[in-house]
Amino acid sequence: MCTLEKRGDLFLLTLTGDGEHRFHPDTIATILSLLDQAKSQSKRGSVLITTGHGKFFSNGFDLAWAQTAGSKTGAANRLHQMVESFKPVVAALLDLPMPTIAALNGHAAAAGLILALSHDYVFMRKDRGVLYMSEVDIGLSMPEYFSALVRAKIGTSAARRELLLSGKKIRGEEAVGLGIVDTAAYDSAEGVVEATVRLGEKLAGKKWSGEVYASIRKSLYPELCGILGVEARVFATPKL
Amino acid sequence: MCSLEKRGRLFILKLTGDGEHRLNPTLLDSIRSTINKIRSDQSSSQSVLITTSDGKFFSNGYDLALAETNPSLSVLMDVKLRSLVADLISLPMPTIAAVTGHASAAGCILAMSHDYVLMRSDRGFLYMSELNIELKVPAWFMAVIRAKIGSPAARRDVMLTAAKVTAEKGVEMGIVDSAYGSAAETVEAAVRLGEEIVMRGGDGHVYGKMRETLFREVLVHTIGFDETGSSGVRNTGSKL
Repeated sequence: MCTLEKRGDLFLLTLTGDGEHRFHPDTIATILSLLDQAKSQSKRGSVLITTGHGKFFSNGFDLAWAQTAGSKTGAANRLHQMVESFKPVVAALLDLPMPTIAALNGHAAAAGLILALSHDYVFMRKDRGVLYMSEVDIGLSMPEYFSALVRAKIGTSAARRELLLSGKKIRGEEAVGLGIVDTAAYDSAEGVVEATVRLGEKLAGKKWSGEVYASIRKSLYPELCGILGVEARVFATPKL
Repeated sequence: MCSLEKRGRLFILKLTGDGEHRLNPTLLDSIRSTINKIRSDQSSSQSVLITTSDGKFFSNGYDLALAETNPSLSVLMDVKLRSLVADLISLPMPTIAAVTGHASAAGCILAMSHDYVLMRSDRGFLYMSELNIELKVPAWFMAVIRAKIGSPAARRDVMLTAAKVTAEKGVEMGIVDSAYGSAAETVEAAVRLGEEIVMRGGDGHVYGKMRETLFREVLVHTIGFDETGSSGVRNTGSKL
């Protein structure tokens, strides 16, 4: 379901197989453990790139699994379980001591889009794939940390409205215009991945301290850190 | 150190000499006392402040060499710059930074602490260097960054790539208001802008109080400004 490879300085996290890469508690646990692995192997110049195979980056939580609980409360509990267990994934990415890049091979919806937005850079395809916060359409409530992440990463109220309230399926060009992704200039999944590898190698070449990088990253998002319980250990008096 | 010139209703504060204008305790004291002089001038509430510099640098940040010889001085410089920025935020007149040279780290924060940032485009850059030189970023610096840079992508580029931002890039990113071909043109433009602002009239005291409200978060981080802010509100004789 999910693999971690090393390519020189780059860690490549891949959501494998041709399905929707929905987040089931097992998938979430695997992603978390792979992020932990990347963290423990990180050194100066490390960079993480996350991508997927096939038509989907990820279509969000495994709602079908929630439904098989057999009752309304059972389903609600399972959904709640997934929402809660996914928080540490966002926290781990916020805390990761290296630059992070999401290479969207395809559609990213709901929790799948949240996974993408938890990265420092998001690259998307021009020709295929949409961003879609489906919650408003399927009547799911938005977890607080999802909204906090959107507020942290997306600056204009118009963009936030389009993303969260309109139920729109946003394609690459529009996503760039709204400031949701950094670039959508690629006509294939390979194109996106190559571009992220190029950026990754450029960032790797800076040989930044992962600890300093992560500390500065967290200090950019104090509200989100607070909600996730991530310690943004920004010193009140600098070590000059 | 720093000079003060009065040109009609414009106060022009200049960081003098050809050096890096490192923000050591002496220079910070000199700037603060100049600002105090400006504040207590009887024409202050109908005036404008322009801050500029001689030479290649606006300011290259804290005096790190000094801090290395005596770590307690790093605390002192931080305290003094915080007070200076709080002074600028409460100053009863509009403020313009005419950035005629490099502004790095604390020097960049000083430039951004002005209402308008005008900059030369032929040389020089704004540079939050901390990621490159592995300096911790004080929480209050991040409050200024959040207050003055609206786009999450721009904040990421400034802080997480240690971008060397030219005037033109700064205008695109929304950090710089306008760019000019040379140092002299930048100062001329600042003077023209200052004169336009003076022509509009208005009460500098009201302006200063408005600005405090707008940058409340920065004041909370710099001088522990009272959260309710009610002690700061007084009857300004509104014309409404």
